[in-house]
Amino acid sequence: MTKNWWKILAAVLLIYSFIAGLLVAVPRLPILHETIRNLYFHVPMWFTMIFLYLLSVINSIKYLSSADEKHDFMAVETVNTGIVFGFLGLGTGMIWANFTWGAPWPNDPKLNGSAISTLMYLAYIVLRSSIDESQKRAKISAIYNVFAFPIMVVLLFILPRMTDSLHPGNGGNPGFNSYDLDSNMRLVFYPAVIGWILLGVWISNIRYRIRILQHKF
Amino acid sequence: MSLIHQVKSLITKELILEWRSRYALNGIVLYVVSTIFVCYLSFKGGIQGPTWNVLFWIILLFASINALVKSFVQEPAGRHLYLYTLASPQAIILSKIIYNCLLMLLLSTLALFFYQIVFSNQVQDLLFYFLAVLLGSISFASVFTMISGIAAKANNPGSLMAVLSFPVIIPLLILLIKFSKNAMDGLDRSVSYDEIVILLSLNVLVIASSLVLFPYLWRD
Repeated sequence: MTKNWWKILAAVLLIYSFIAGLLVAVPRLPILHETIRNLYFHVPMWFTMIFLYLLSVINSIKYLSSADEKHDFMAVETVNTGIVFGFLGLGTGMIWANFTWGAPWPNDPKLNGSAISTLMYLAYIVLRSSIDESQKRAKISAIYNVFAFPIMVVLLFILPRMTDSLHPGNGGNPGFNSYDLDSNMRLVFYPAVIGWILLGVWISNIRYRIRILQHKF
Repeated sequence: MSLIHQVKSLITKELILEWRSRYALNGIVLYVVSTIFVCYLSFKGGIQGPTWNVLFWIILLFASINALVKSFVQEPAGRHLYLYTLASPQAIILSKIIYNCLLMLLLSTLALFFYQIVFSNQVQDLLFYFLAVLLGSISFASVFTMISGIAAKANNPGSLMAVLSFPVIIPLLILLIKFSKNAMDGLDRSVSYDEIVILLSLNVLVIASSLVLFPYLWRD
């Protein structure tokens, strides 16, 4: 029980963020209106995705230095879960954009960047499936993972800041914290982020344990 | 042997090998020229503005993937083993990157020359446009060399090369297209400094991670 406290915390935080996210009063802003509640669901998806990809790179580096298969399993399962969160982020973002910006896919550098980084990790999965030998597969996919990650960071965090973007905090738009993420919203937003990240880690942890069992028997 | 000496002799080896089997070089030059000509015939009446610039980079992108996919695939495994006993892995990847830079420079200069003849010159700041092409050649060479090394270990390197390299090259390509568009429109040169700095630092990042990662790829 003492080892599983964070799973209970994840469930509690998520239930809290769902209830409070849909019920607590939000600032009334033009264009956004009630869709601002999507902040509690859309943004945590990206945070979770980035966190899982970061875990995956750390595990890939660990694999390269130790050649222990467990790190490879963890790396691939965090990528698998991260891709799911990436698609959820794209989906929630497209719904939001449809209501506020008028189209599900406006030509925005952040959207394109996240789509490309999803492609990058799909390519990682394709690379894995094209190598039969398990040790070779682990090593080569770890190399690609470490090689691609810095480029993804540049793509998601540096390039959008150079051009105009519809997202807050980019291209001269003020960030959320400057005007509309008032203290009430923070009280829901941060627990939601932590809850989703813990859920992402939990899912990949289960998948990792399944993979280890499959490998043993 | 010191690293610089090793790199020098490896590049000489690559150059001699390329010169002996000129069909590879001729093939890729012909590939670029005929692609440009196909585009010329398809776009009847010429093209203007952004399309002119983007089409050039798309042609260059596909030509460079085709030119650089062979950098590791073409050599038999026995030769890899032989090289492994002679030189350090850093020297090998560095020599491949430098050699591919030279190859890409030759290829892209030829492509730019022919493209400007066929599609009439629309570049106002030719020196800076050429700088963009130069930076583009280096970027393509540094990214594709490592990716072709990774793809060569998998089952079907040809198609995997494109899948693996597109997501990695797109950020660089976006910057290159922006930079070259500035040069094409003859904007003030200081406008493009940001792009040049980011491109250069991305290249340093890619080459540094290649140097760190290649020894793991090599040891097989």
